[in-house]
Order: sequence, then structure tokens, then C-alpha cells
Amino acid sequence: MTDTPLLELRGVTKSFGSVQALADVDFEVRSGEVMALVGDNGAGKSTLIKCVAGIYPMDAGEMTFGGQRVHVGSPKEAAKLGIEIVYQDLALCDNLDVVQNMYLGREARNPFFVLREPPMEAKTRETLQSLRVTTIGSIRQPVATLSGGQRQSVAVARAVLWNSKLVILDEPTAALGVAQTEQVLELVRRLAEQGLGVALISHNLHDIFETATRITVLRLGRNAGLFERAAVTQEEVVHAITAGKPTKVSGIPGTVKEATL
Amino acid sequence: MSAAGATAQTEVVKLEPLSQRITANIRSGNLGSAPVVVALAIVVVTFAFTAQNFWSPANFQNIITTMAGPCLIAYGVVFVLLIGEIDLSVAFVSGVAGVVVAQLQRPDAANLPWWICVLAALAVAAAIGAFQGSIIALVGVPSFVVTLAGNYIWNGVIFKGLPGVITIQSNQINNFSNYLFGTTAGWIMAAVVSVLYVVLMLWGALSGLHHGIAVREPIILVSKVILVPAIAFVTVWILNKPGSGGVPLGLLLMVGSLLIWTFVAKRTTFGRHVYAVGGNAEAARRAGINVARIRILVFTIAGAMSGLGGIVLAARLQSVDLNAGGGTLLLDVISAAVIGGTSLFGGRGEVRNALVGAALIYTIQSGMFIKGYATGVIFIVTGVILLLAVTLDTISRRLQVRSGR
Repeated sequence: MTDTPLLELRGVTKSFGSVQALADVDFEVRSGEVMALVGDNGAGKSTLIKCVAGIYPMDAGEMTFGGQRVHVGSPKEAAKLGIEIVYQDLALCDNLDVVQNMYLGREARNPFFVLREPPMEAKTRETLQSLRVTTIGSIRQPVATLSGGQRQSVAVARAVLWNSKLVILDEPTAALGVAQTEQVLELVRRLAEQGLGVALISHNLHDIFETATRITVLRLGRNAGLFERAAVTQEEVVHAITAGKPTKVSGIPGTVKEATL
Repeated sequence: MSAAGATAQTEVVKLEPLSQRITANIRSGNLGSAPVVVALAIVVVTFAFTAQNFWSPANFQNIITTMAGPCLIAYGVVFVLLIGEIDLSVAFVSGVAGVVVAQLQRPDAANLPWWICVLAALAVAAAIGAFQGSIIALVGVPSFVVTLAGNYIWNGVIFKGLPGVITIQSNQINNFSNYLFGTTAGWIMAAVVSVLYVVLMLWGALSGLHHGIAVREPIILVSKVILVPAIAFVTVWILNKPGSGGVPLGLLLMVGSLLIWTFVAKRTTFGRHVYAVGGNAEAARRAGINVARIRILVFTIAGAMSGLGGIVLAARLQSVDLNAGGGTLLLDVISAAVIGGTSLFGGRGEVRNALVGAALIYTIQSGMFIKGYATGVIFIVTGVILLLAVTLDTISRRLQVRSGR
């Protein structure tokens, strides 16, 4: 794990009309760590992620990625930088098979727009094996026939296939059963082990305490705490989510546990 | 499959029981054209024994030339259905193409060479498709309404564009439906189609093996490689018999278009994106696919194929009149695509569905006509078959959702 953040956001502000969704928010993710982003409904988690993805422009604030100051104007630009977002509602095509979904929009082809299936299939199998996603029977079956956990695995593996540096997961376990949740969390940990930066948005503190390296808490569009997972209890995090005071620290802080209590 | 990875290179042929595959296909809602091929076989056998003169080379050729125009239009409809839209204007767009071709060839007026007439008709039809597609994709008006309006508009254009009846006097244009290839040419065509098919199939399998991917269904691969050339040669053999007198150009257009559009749909990025847009347009958009562009192109294809079909239909009658594109043409072409197994819900179907669907519809119509049934009865039977086909698709879709949980 490196100490210089892979993704660094500073002073992000975003308003929708008179509603201030984000006020002077800082956020960072290092390579090889799972940074959890938590907060109650309306805390600004999704807005922050959409700013990173280039879906919403920021009103103010700056973003650095891999040490470079960047401006992300569209989801395509985010993908180009190596930022991959796995959305809550998956964004897979049910009628297409696993390989086709993994390569959707970025198919391997020759100069005449003719698909090159064998390399795509081989690379898909390799990627799934490297992530130890072994429960999928055939990678040529339509994803409609997969379970929720398997579908989520495909969506996550797609990010890995494209050599992304940062993977943002929006509530990846929200719709899953216990066993499938475990399967996906295992996959999330493996992403970090492979050296990727992972941002995990979740409501589920149990999931977060199982996977996260650090935890960023947002409350009412402001930073309400940044914790090392090993040095904090669930009660403290819950307290920050529900009643945390704004903790605007100059510069990106290390651990500011005391500031929230 | 997942365990195959490293060992696949040595494990050349992985046998998967055929029955298991079929059950899996049915469970996943992937019936394809299987039911309609079975239905077609039953219909052909039944009429062969009960309808006089049905089982003859002349009638075989007659069915093929009758279905050629509608089948070409239905290929375009399959693309539209694949992206989950509908095009109700195809029949009258084909009529407009007929009017264009007829007007431009008039020896007493424009008197243009046949190929200019044909290209102009195709261009006009494609432009109509692109125009309607743009309204659908860029403005967001539902395709049902846009093409319903088009249905009226192009019907009106046909009325305004015709003095009554125009006889097509260009032999080259009339050849689009009526030309018969010589015996030798027929055999050559069968050979070319067979060789092309076999080479493509084997090349696909071999390049898969090269990348360590086992041949998934060797039994199916082998039977396809035997069956398709067999069908090609038997078809040519029947059409070369006395009474028919050769392979009609209409058949060549149907088979040629089938090969080209199947290649586009299954082997190109465009085709993949068509399926993606039909499966989940939002996912396609997030994956960076230009959804509007795909939609416009698909409606342009539907327009162009309507144009080609319209030329063939005009050539079959050797004239264009005020009924061009009317009657049951629209119902027939959409039914052909749907009966053939293309889902109305988008994302599932094949170009060949249109061919088998059209074959079923026009074989039934031919057989019942020969047996002397009234038009009303023929309509009722066609309607019942359409209903069965869509019901089957809906049920298989529900099964698919269930097997996904």
C-alpha cells in the first residue's frame, strides 16, 4: 500500500439549485486499500461518486488521480483514466453472455469491425480465474441465468479486465443473500490485494468492517469522520453517521477519530 | 467450463449431452426457430399428402418467389425488433420504393437505366428509415407512433405519386423477381453457399481451438456442416426440375441478404451493440455505446430492406398500382419475424427467423389456397399461429426469469 493517494478529492462542493448536496468535502483512496464511504440517505455519497465519474460537474473543488490534477467531464473520460464504477443496478445486458458483457462497448475487433471472439473468451476466463470467480458454469451462458452474486461478480470482474486503477462499488451487496454477499466481499478484498484502489459505498456496517481498510463518513453533505477500521468500533461509526459534527481538517487528514466524538 | 481454462488445449472436444443443452436452452428462454421449423415440417408433410399439386417443383418455386419480397422486408423488421422497437411503416415504405422504381423506368418519361432506378429506390427507402429513426432516437417519440404516422404518410405518398398503374417495362427490373438461373448456375450457387458456410464454421471452431477454447457442441457443429449444404443442394435440385426451370433470383436475394445480415448481426461490433441496446439500453449507454446512433442505423436498415423488398414485389407484378404496400403485407412481414422466433421485447432473435417465419406463413397460404379454403380461413389460421408464437415467447421469457433466481 502506498501512502500517496491514488484518488484525492479536495473541497468538493456541489449544489442542485438551492439544495447543497456537498459542501467542501475531502475524499481519498489509496492503491491497495478498500476505502468505505458511508453515510445516511442524503448524506451525499452518490453525488460524490457521480462527480468522480464525470456524471455531475463539481461546482468547486479539485481532483487528483495518480498524482496528476485531472478534470473528468464524462464517464468515458473517467474510464480512460482507469476509474470504473459498478452501479447498484448492475448495468449488465441480460440477453448477452458473460464474455459479451465483460467486453461490452470495448469489443476486440479487427479493422473491419469484425469481432474477435476467441481472445475475448480466453481473457475473460483468465480474469475470472485470477479473481477466483469459479461458480459460473459457462462463460457463454446469458447473464440472465446467473444468480445475483454471480452477476455482481461479473460486473466487478469487468472492472478488473480493463486494468482499472480505481474501482468504485455502489452498494454491491444490497440485493444479495448472505452467501452471495460473502462471495462478493471476498472479491472486493481480492481487488485490493491485486493493488487496485477500491471505494465501497455501503449501508451495511457489517460488510464494511469485514472489508474496509479505512472508513470515510459523510453527513449532510459534509465530512463527518475518517477512521482506520482497525482503530474504531461500529458504535463510533454509527455515531458519526447519525450525529457526527463536520470535521473539516486542513489538508487530507490521517486519522481524525477524536474529532468526531 | 471454468475448470477447463489451462487444460482446454489438450481437451479438444468436450462432449456436452445434447439433451442437456436443449433443456438448458429451453430453461433459459432460448427457443429460437426450433418450434417454427417443426411446424413448417408438419405443414409441408400435411399438404404434400392432402393438397393436389402442392408437392411439385412449380409450386415450390411459386412459394419462393411469393415470399421473397416480404422476407427481405422482414429481415429489416428483425433488426428493429432486436432493439425492442417496432416499425409499422415498412409495408408502405416498400410501396414507395416500388413507385420510385416504376416512375424512373417509364420509357415515356424519366427513362433512366435500370440500376439507377433501383439505387434511387433503395436510397429513398433508406432515407425514410433514417428520418423516422432520427425522430425516434433523437427526439424520443415512441417508434410505434412515429412509424404509425409513417404508415399513413407513405400510403398517401404512394397515392400522390402514381397516376394509377405503371407497368414496368424494364426487363432488368422485372428480373428481380422473375429471372430464373440456368441449371449449372444453380448448382454453382449451391456449391458456393455450402463451401462458404462450411469454411466459416470450421474456421470459427479452429480459431477457438487455437486460443484454447474447446468446441462447445461438436454434434451440433457437425450436423450443421452436413445439413446446410444438404438443404442448399436439395433446394437447387428441386428448382432445376422441369416445371420449375431454375433457381429464381428472388431466392438468391433472400439467401444472400440472410448471409450478409447474419454476419452483421453476429460477427460485428455493430451487431453486438444492437443486441445490447435491445437487452438493456441503459447498460449499453453506460458501456459507452452510442445508443441513438445504433437506433438510427437500425431503422435505416429496415428502410433499405423495405426498399429492396418493394422492388422485388413490384417486379413480381411487373407493375405498381395504388395497392402497393397494402393488403396484408405489413401484417405478414411483422408476423414472419415474430413467428420465426424473434422476441417483441427486444434483444433476442436471429435474422434467419424472418426466413423460416415467412416460409411458414406463405407455405400455409399456398397449401390452403390450393385446397380451396376461403381467404377468411387463411387469415384465421395465420392469426392463430402468430398468437401461438408470441405466447410461446412470453412463456419462455418467464421461465428464463425464474431460472435466473
